[in-house]
Amino acid sequence: MIIYPILIPLLFAIIIVFFWENQRVKRALSIISTGLLMVVNINIFLLVYREGIQVVQVGDWPAPFGISLVVDLFSAIMLLTTSIVAFLLAIYSVSGIDLARRKYGYFPLFQFLLMGVNGSLVTGDLFNLYVWFEVMLMSSFVLIALGGERTQIEGAVKYVILNLLASTLFLSAIGLTYNLAGTLNMADLALRLQAVQSSGQVTVIAVLFLVAFGIKSAIFPLFFWLPASYHTPPVTVTALFSALLTKVGMYTLIRFFTLLFPFESEYTHTIILISAGFTMLTGVLGAASQTDIRRLLSFHIISQIGYIFMGLGLFTEYAIAASIYFLVHIILAKTALFLSAGMVESIQGSFDLKKLGGLYKNRVGLSMLFLLPALSVAGLPPFSGFFAKLGLIIAGLESKQYFIIGLALVVSLMTLFSMTKVWNEAYWKPPKDPKYLDQHNQVSVWRWVPVIIIVVLSVLLGLLANPIFEVCQMAAAQLMDPTQYIRAVLGAVR
Amino acid sequence: MLFLMAIAAGVLFAVGIFMILRRSMVKVLVGILLLGYAANLLLFNAAPLMRGVPPLIDPVMGVPADYADPVPQALILTAIVISFGVTAFAVVLIRRVYAVTGTGDLDNMHCTDIPCESEEILSDLEDEIK
Repeated sequence: MIIYPILIPLLFAIIIVFFWENQRVKRALSIISTGLLMVVNINIFLLVYREGIQVVQVGDWPAPFGISLVVDLFSAIMLLTTSIVAFLLAIYSVSGIDLARRKYGYFPLFQFLLMGVNGSLVTGDLFNLYVWFEVMLMSSFVLIALGGERTQIEGAVKYVILNLLASTLFLSAIGLTYNLAGTLNMADLALRLQAVQSSGQVTVIAVLFLVAFGIKSAIFPLFFWLPASYHTPPVTVTALFSALLTKVGMYTLIRFFTLLFPFESEYTHTIILISAGFTMLTGVLGAASQTDIRRLLSFHIISQIGYIFMGLGLFTEYAIAASIYFLVHIILAKTALFLSAGMVESIQGSFDLKKLGGLYKNRVGLSMLFLLPALSVAGLPPFSGFFAKLGLIIAGLESKQYFIIGLALVVSLMTLFSMTKVWNEAYWKPPKDPKYLDQHNQVSVWRWVPVIIIVVLSVLLGLLANPIFEVCQMAAAQLMDPTQYIRAVLGAVR
Repeated sequence: MLFLMAIAAGVLFAVGIFMILRRSMVKVLVGILLLGYAANLLLFNAAPLMRGVPPLIDPVMGVPADYADPVPQALILTAIVISFGVTAFAVVLIRRVYAVTGTGDLDNMHCTDIPCESEEILSDLEDEIK
């Protein structure tokens, strides 16, 4: 069952390649594939929710020797969220991606990217994780450069170089881990690393992993590639990257620091908290000076990553639960924001706040599609952002980390300021060129439908916060008690 | 031997990082390649280096006193294949960058931060004035 999230995108990617010239078949297959993936992932989520952690030993090699695929509740939540977003993005791509890009392999790359993401979410083996990350990175390299505009190519250079550097660090860290523990199975590793917990070597490896995934998930001070590259490809691709790539980096960090390195909390978690604070602050300050919607939202990605990271730094069960809820919230809300920005661009032909204007006057529906997720990101009740931040702040109060709570609240206020800036400039102020007011460009139904669904889902996440947060708490309880994971993978032998 | 290998990996890392900080794109590519080699060498040393001992264990004979660990070699092989693919992409990307921007100097690639269209408009205006 849990191998399907990897197989489906692979299979469909190959089929799509055979229909290289037929655009209709390609996009239909892309939607079918992601739809199928969503159904499978809903089933996996229900299975894991009812019956606990699911494990598959690939090729039937017993656990520490072969590659294990493991899905616990946290992975299942991530799988479900990413596949919902992927499905909606596949629908949006019908009108959101121009013909040239569709011709040159956008759809197969989309599938390969999903395969890499799902692979990293289900794998229980360190080196296998590296391979999935490379699958994901290669697809994203091509996706970001596809189209070949000057800014895109330049953004791609920065993105590629820094991500390759991160991969090298990741590989080195794997080598050192193998040297220390003699295994790469994550469950087995968790046991072996406990035995050497007093050693400073474990801390070195932990920090090396922290830096490698820190680059990939864009934390302070390693985020500089993100605002330089994320705004350059078409907005659909940006939404895809913001929903999947940095969040998978964050998923891996949470996985590593709860499963493999829970004993080094004193040292690494101080670093994590400090870095989280700066990530939140620098992200939101960077956004304040931007006038391009995409760049502004890119800086907000960084700022929001800081919140998730803060939950990991606090390192209590409640804080991790809040981080998981935050991950789901931000994947939905951020995708909605990027996609509605794409709709704005399709009407007025620009992302520049100085040129935009007057959208609220005759496009109230469209404005709401921006306003609701924007208020959610800013953290106003009753939206999901409010509950996510509330959870983090309660967790912070419990661990008496008052400084970071204060910072989180200030950053939240500044996020609101930033979102009102977009609202005022793009939707309220009269447009510079009055001809925009009379324009009645139709926005394609292929854009309306997914954006409306995702906004509705985002609002529902806030309205149903209580039951969903309980699921997140269950996931966090599993994460904070690694013995469950270890027992599920290695069996009752130990 | 292990000491020599460690020195070699360290030197490769140092040179790789030095090259990655250069302005020329081709040198950065060389830096990435060297870093890849350094990481592979590090992986190679992850298991103790043994000479003349079997990597595979005969189930009948039982575990011998000395055996070489084959896992790091398998990992390196995978890593080499991946870095081959990545390098191929990076070379094509660099070629494309040169074709589009006309420069190999990373300092001149600021279009992602300062919109280049405005510069082009300015230079067009200057041309018109002339």
